[in-house]
Amino acid sequence: MTRLLASTALLLALAGPALAQATDTYTPDPNAREGGSITITYKDDVSTLDPAIGYDWQNWSMIKSIFDGLMDYVPGTTDLRPGLAESYEISEDGLTYTFHLRPGVKFHNGREMTSEDVVYSLNRVTDPETQSPGAGFFGAIEGYDAQIAGEAEGLSGVTAPDPQTVQIKLSRPDATFLHLMALNFSYVVPREAVEEFGADFGRNPVGTGAYKLAEWTLGQRLVFEKNPDYWTPGVPYLDQITFEIGQEPVVALLRLQNGEVDIPGDGIPPAKFQEVMSDPAQAERVVQGGQLQTGYVTMNVTQPPFDNADVRHAVNMAINKDRIVQIINGRAIPANQPLPPSMPGYTQDYEGYAYDPEGAKALLAQAGFADGFETELYVMNTDPNPRIAQAIQQDLAAIGIDASIQALAQANVIEAGGAGTAPMIWSGGMAWIADFPDPANFYYPILGCAGAEPGGWNWAKYCNEELDAQAAQADSISDPARSAERLQMWSDIYMKVMEDAPWAPVFNEERFTMKSPRMGGADNLYVDPVSIPVNYDYVYVTE
Amino acid sequence: MPPGGQFLLGTDLLGRDLLTRILYGARTSLVIGVVANGIALLIGTLVGVTAGYFRGWLGSILMRFTDLMMAFPALLLAIALAAIFSPSLWIVALVIALVNWVQVARVLYTETTSLAERDFVQAERAIGAGTGRILGLHILPHLLPTIIVYGTLGISTTVLLEATLSFLGIGVQPPQPSWGNIIFENQTYFQAAPWLVFFPGVAILLLALAFNLVGDALRDVLDPTQRGRG
Amino acid sequence: MAGYLLRRLVQSVLILLGVTLVTFFLLYVLPADPVRQIAGRSATAETVESIRRQLGLDQPFWVQYGRYLWNLLHLDLGRSYLQRSEVAELIRARLPPTLLLMAGAILCELVLGLTMGIVAALRPGTATDNGLMIASFVGVSAPQFVVGLLLLYLFGVRLHWLPISGYGTFAHLVLPSLTLGILGAGWYSRMMRSSMVEVLRQDFIRTARAKGLTRRRVILRHALPNAILPIVAMIGIDIGVFMGGIVVVESVFGWPGIGQLAWQAIQRVDIPIIMGVTIVSAVAIVLGNLLADLVAPFIDPRIRLR
Repeated sequence: MTRLLASTALLLALAGPALAQATDTYTPDPNAREGGSITITYKDDVSTLDPAIGYDWQNWSMIKSIFDGLMDYVPGTTDLRPGLAESYEISEDGLTYTFHLRPGVKFHNGREMTSEDVVYSLNRVTDPETQSPGAGFFGAIEGYDAQIAGEAEGLSGVTAPDPQTVQIKLSRPDATFLHLMALNFSYVVPREAVEEFGADFGRNPVGTGAYKLAEWTLGQRLVFEKNPDYWTPGVPYLDQITFEIGQEPVVALLRLQNGEVDIPGDGIPPAKFQEVMSDPAQAERVVQGGQLQTGYVTMNVTQPPFDNADVRHAVNMAINKDRIVQIINGRAIPANQPLPPSMPGYTQDYEGYAYDPEGAKALLAQAGFADGFETELYVMNTDPNPRIAQAIQQDLAAIGIDASIQALAQANVIEAGGAGTAPMIWSGGMAWIADFPDPANFYYPILGCAGAEPGGWNWAKYCNEELDAQAAQADSISDPARSAERLQMWSDIYMKVMEDAPWAPVFNEERFTMKSPRMGGADNLYVDPVSIPVNYDYVYVTE
Repeated sequence: MPPGGQFLLGTDLLGRDLLTRILYGARTSLVIGVVANGIALLIGTLVGVTAGYFRGWLGSILMRFTDLMMAFPALLLAIALAAIFSPSLWIVALVIALVNWVQVARVLYTETTSLAERDFVQAERAIGAGTGRILGLHILPHLLPTIIVYGTLGISTTVLLEATLSFLGIGVQPPQPSWGNIIFENQTYFQAAPWLVFFPGVAILLLALAFNLVGDALRDVLDPTQRGRG
Repeated sequence: MAGYLLRRLVQSVLILLGVTLVTFFLLYVLPADPVRQIAGRSATAETVESIRRQLGLDQPFWVQYGRYLWNLLHLDLGRSYLQRSEVAELIRARLPPTLLLMAGAILCELVLGLTMGIVAALRPGTATDNGLMIASFVGVSAPQFVVGLLLLYLFGVRLHWLPISGYGTFAHLVLPSLTLGILGAGWYSRMMRSSMVEVLRQDFIRTARAKGLTRRRVILRHALPNAILPIVAMIGIDIGVFMGGIVVVESVFGWPGIGQLAWQAIQRVDIPIIMGVTIVSAVAIVLGNLLADLVAPFIDPRIRLR
């Protein structure tokens, strides 16, 4: 078993001034072999392959293989590299980005991609009629407000001076902008295919990516075929990938053991985890890696008793995180701050709140709750979340807090969280996996003032305007050379969040991907922090 | 921890004794069985007798409404309702009652219509007896055997429905144990620890079986002509 | 007959209309906002409102319902909020596995139920009879998810005879069909027994016996067909029972049918799919009941259609 820890981006950032331009540091695998086909299983149906809409565990990396964005990541890392754009320039004020497109890139329908397609795609994702769940990411682009209000014919800030050049003007500096150009929602789609299929484009995707969709039987299987004209020579290695849908993880594992499946997409089922890990032959084919995810308990800071910081600190000290990690078979590591360890900006030397029920009790007494109080803990009703909630409930009971559990469907918990009617929420199953590897992604929607509005995802309703200002300042540093400085600012912000403690961070999930013996390619491709769960473009078979 | 020793039926993943949880779960199941079924009987009797006795437009409306309820996929309806109200013991009982009254109403409707046509009822009417008197003295006593039979059989249906809702995670809230949610919580570990599913499963089966057998025996004793599906 | 049929059809349409109204209302008052699910985590309040407007979810209840009915009249079930595909297409793709599962379940019910019922009827009052009838009660009292999990454990995990879950081959069909059918098998065996006992008591059987026909021949040629008919008529009613069962059975066995589609849609408040599945189920139930009523007089001439 291999364990991959710190992300290279973090090391790079700490090593000194970053390069002015993100460059491709990827070296092709010398052992890679072309050809062959593999089978991957998933339990849940693939809803859509439209990059403007897809936002699920299964379709996220499928979309990454069918489509491309202007920017991309070095496979297996969180490092940006140019994608459909060969190179780019950022103006001094950080407000204008000029992308020079790679010549000769073709869509799966044979037409050459031009800068007009990039403009069209960005206009489409922000068009209110597209109803994209990702539209909000592009708020910094000039003309966004008019576009999202349906008052404009496209984003005024996005232009195509010539067929090979795209210019994007921002209304405010946004240090995460290059990440956004590598996010699925900004991927380039051909207008004629979108217009031909309309709302069914998601079932008939046409992109520039390494694979094209060859077959889709709803609810049963999808087949991806190698795109022979892909713009990165030699990639992808595989001729074909078959995704089988509706397979229970337990069955997928059994079939893997029988040699019928190459990768169980949903991972190793909890019930089989110990069995697999205690068998050396199987355990050696498991790749472990960090995931940009944090599981936390929110406390509604606008309502008593959680408006009292002492109470929130007490909760932080009351939860026995090691035990909760045990409940999920050690498939996570205890967390002490909002950011996961593999995220740039993570504070290495922070100790967090140690497990101390006696101290927590004392704090509660000091806050005037010597006899404890009653509250409610909301949780999503799929396993293992109710079990985790019960463990938290037992921990809270030990310091005198009587929390009754409300196990509801995901949508109902999100509704209660958004409305601010839930005093406590265990985030498991709903939030938060990073959309892109940048610390800003963990702040604005779930800890910033904007997210604290009714209906927002900041379920703690925590709004610290001072921190919002600091966040804005950090994100105005768009010069890649100053990225270490920016990450330090973010680290400070999260430390302040922990002082106020609107959350009790509980754990960061670890990913365990299992593969068949014939699968080749570096381990970090199987726990790719961006192409979750697997980077389909760069893995290969050895036989 | 597997069965045996200090914990007769073993423990669950949070280290709680399974036997204790099953015993407490029995209380949950029985409370829901009795309450939900009581409400279902009440609504069913009210609707069935009213529609059967008064007929006319009121009866028509009531019976068309029961037809409508019959056309609902019952479990789908229960799931939708359980999702709408935040689940608790009483809400689950109410949801089950709202699904289960239909059968009672239909059977009682048929019986009431035939009773209302019978000579002794017509005779009472002819001498000017009040509606309340006829219903209370002549109709309801004759319906009692049917109500008792359906009341007993209904408990088994209710227990099964509660278990199913809890199994889907939308029933009784943890940590309050119900046999259904014990299975829901442990089903992923089913292969490693099958007893966690087996014992509560058998408990549901035995309870439902008991009420079915008693109900069937009562039917034979009280009304041998009645036959049908539950 | 034609008049009866017409009246029943009108009645059925009215019932279906009622089903759509009630379901639509329940989903309307649901304390979860589908727009939030569509809009995603980074959406601003304006985006949410704009999506709400486009979907017409800001309109009053009656306007929304009216528009849904109007589309339904044009056989348009709308598009899924989250998958964006046509609901009709999603359901069509999931229908064959569900129908296959139901067919399998009906087969299990008939084979198991009828066999048990006949065997019991031929030896009324014996230990075999009592044993079989208790077994039928166990079938009726067993929660489907427990039966499913136990069958899965026994035949899939322990004995490795059958696949644990999935879809595709005949072997995959066995356990889910059995699980779904076991409830009905319990009812059928009881009905078959009483129906058979009754037939065996009748004159024409005695006549046949008196003519010197063998017991075997009498049972197979004369008694069975007469006893089975009333039970076959019940199959139509089964469809309603199945519609609830498939949610559980499909989720236990990972069967790619309507039940899973419905369950996923309920969890994610994908209202058009929930509506679509409810309507399709209700149509199936109403048709099943209608069929059962229409077949009844052919089987039992004493019943006349009113």
